[in-house]
Amino acid sequence: MFAEYTASELTSIFAMQGFAGLILFSVFVLMALGLAIIFGQMGVINMAHGEFMILGAYITYLTSNVFSEYAQPLFGGYFFVAMLLAFIATFALGALVEWAMIRHLYKRPLDTLLATWGLSLILQQLYRTVFGPREVGVTLPDWLMGSYPLSDMIEIPINGIFVMCITLVISVGVYLWMYRSRWGGQVRAVVQNREMAGAVGINTEKVDRITFALGCGIAGVAGSAFTMVGSTGPTSGQLYIVDTFLVVVFGGASSLLGTIASAFTISQAQSTMEFFLSGSMAKVLTLLVVVGILMLRPQGLFALKIRH
Amino acid sequence: MLSKTLSSKLKKTALALSAGLFLTPTISHADAVNTTGLAVTDDTVTVGILHSVTGTMAISETGSVQAEKLAIEQINAMGGVLGRKIEYIQEDGASDWPTFAEKSKKLLVNDKVAAVFGCWTSASRKAALPVFEQYNGMLYYPTFYEGLEQSPNVIYTGQEATQQILEGLDWAAQTKGAKKYYLLGSDYIWPRTSNKIARKHIENVLKQKVVGEEYYPLGHTQFNSVINKIKLKKPDVVFISVVGGSNVAFYKQLKAAGIDMTKEKPLFLTISVTEDEILGIGGENIEGIYASMKYFQSLPNENNKKFVEAFKAKWGKDIVIGDVTQAAYLGPWLWKAAVEKAGSFDVDKVREASPGIELTTAPEGYVKIHKNHHLWSKTRIGLAQPDGQYKVVYESDELIEPDPFPEGYQ
Repeated sequence: MFAEYTASELTSIFAMQGFAGLILFSVFVLMALGLAIIFGQMGVINMAHGEFMILGAYITYLTSNVFSEYAQPLFGGYFFVAMLLAFIATFALGALVEWAMIRHLYKRPLDTLLATWGLSLILQQLYRTVFGPREVGVTLPDWLMGSYPLSDMIEIPINGIFVMCITLVISVGVYLWMYRSRWGGQVRAVVQNREMAGAVGINTEKVDRITFALGCGIAGVAGSAFTMVGSTGPTSGQLYIVDTFLVVVFGGASSLLGTIASAFTISQAQSTMEFFLSGSMAKVLTLLVVVGILMLRPQGLFALKIRH
Repeated sequence: MLSKTLSSKLKKTALALSAGLFLTPTISHADAVNTTGLAVTDDTVTVGILHSVTGTMAISETGSVQAEKLAIEQINAMGGVLGRKIEYIQEDGASDWPTFAEKSKKLLVNDKVAAVFGCWTSASRKAALPVFEQYNGMLYYPTFYEGLEQSPNVIYTGQEATQQILEGLDWAAQTKGAKKYYLLGSDYIWPRTSNKIARKHIENVLKQKVVGEEYYPLGHTQFNSVINKIKLKKPDVVFISVVGGSNVAFYKQLKAAGIDMTKEKPLFLTISVTEDEILGIGGENIEGIYASMKYFQSLPNENNKKFVEAFKAKWGKDIVIGDVTQAAYLGPWLWKAAVEKAGSFDVDKVREASPGIELTTAPEGYVKIHKNHHLWSKTRIGLAQPDGQYKVVYESDELIEPDPFPEGYQ
């Protein structure tokens, strides 16, 4: 199948294809990190994850409008402000949702599925009422669009690099927070044994609220970043939710490292297969392989050994 | 119940009035123009609007609802249909196909509407179709679609696949000298059928080559692999039928991958991106692609100028109008013309009167109903501008005959 191409063409294509896989990997990690914290660490099945992402995207949209209206010269830098605002907004909404809804359901994890699904429908309709049912176009600063030509054939998309950087920063941040800070220790203690953690003086309610809110906040940043590669509409969040759960479950719900490993495996498999097969077939095969592996290894790729 | 007693009361008052005042004879009594018990009184007629205003399809269907309401308002301002003001009952299909069937039944059986303007996706139309055929309703369906259907209970106001596709491909081959084509679509019935027709036309009629055909699941957001494949295969034309949120992802990533669409290497020809979709994609991200459709907001004729002005006056100055929105606007007008030709609201009589109905006031110019219930219409090629509008660069000389069951293309 490669006979018709020259060697240099093939090299460039493999390079670009590898890079496409890396971008997909970053996108997967970014969208799954928030859920890995909420679902993996807290056991809450958050079906509204996609809607938190879209809230971040809408905040970005609003910020871009404000900047182009009132601060045109600073437009090039609005994206950083937007991401910060997206984080704050989704963090606040997350804390509110945890207080109003989730904290009553810790003993009934399966019910969180229904409750958050309902929440996702409410949020979708809310976005539709506020922003209208049509998709909105988020204008990006010029420096984020376009590509950096490495050779005649190889072009590196700048927004791809940007997504990778954000993913790296957030992953490292989450790692330090979860495994190197006192706070992270408390979170892990609550996850492993809620009663015992409470008994030794950890404020479990506060830990829960901030953990959930943080997961939502990261979803918001992801949503903000995805305005560069995807659509922003009331139901756009639904486009991400399946892949997100897939990555988290496949990786082993309670392991952050697992999430990253699984994002890498799935993205590389998908992007390689997409090149050789049609997009739909690649998706089918990816799902088949994931289901197969999960049948053999229900706990996912990585699993913590916890005594229950 | 309430509406029934109300309408019979209205009927009585109207009768008393006409008896007392000797109303002009052009206004005939409800019974005469309505022998099948539709919701028609002496001064009103009720129709249904059935689109999704919630759920994923609300993005697309909102424009159709707006267009239909505008048309109804304008018809009422001109005196209505057979002297009766149109009232509408709006139902929400909620992007859920069984709901479309359920609501259709409600509109036809409980509300006894004289006609329904609605449905958008083929799936929703297929779900509602048996209901319309069973209860003998009349549906005006606005979307361009894959064809392979012809129901006595539906008037298709959008283009069927061959009308939209063949002209676009011929144009690319003749004026741009295209030789190699790449077909790309979302994975469901409309893109698959459209590409089947496109492939047959490219290979059998144009005698050119298809170098790739590819489908992505609905809602797919990562297109880097296929962009690489396009770079590798170097087609002259990429023929695109990607729909929904995927569009935004595809064109943004195309631009980010360093492909300058205005250079036309390759040339991008879409049959799915109307001005409505560009709103979400951003005009600067899609500048330079071509679209093959029957209507663009920028069409320079007088009808269209009036239509765009009225639409903006009613729905806001920033609103855009896409192909399907215009087709939805035709629905109430075509129905009005058919009712007036038949002199009756009876569905059977309206159906009989429909073939041959012409509309010289259509924003797209002139349309005529074919006996296969589709419209004769022209096809245009538009070039996407950075402001989110299309510039019309080509228009077919003649009206194109609708051919929902094209021979040699199946």
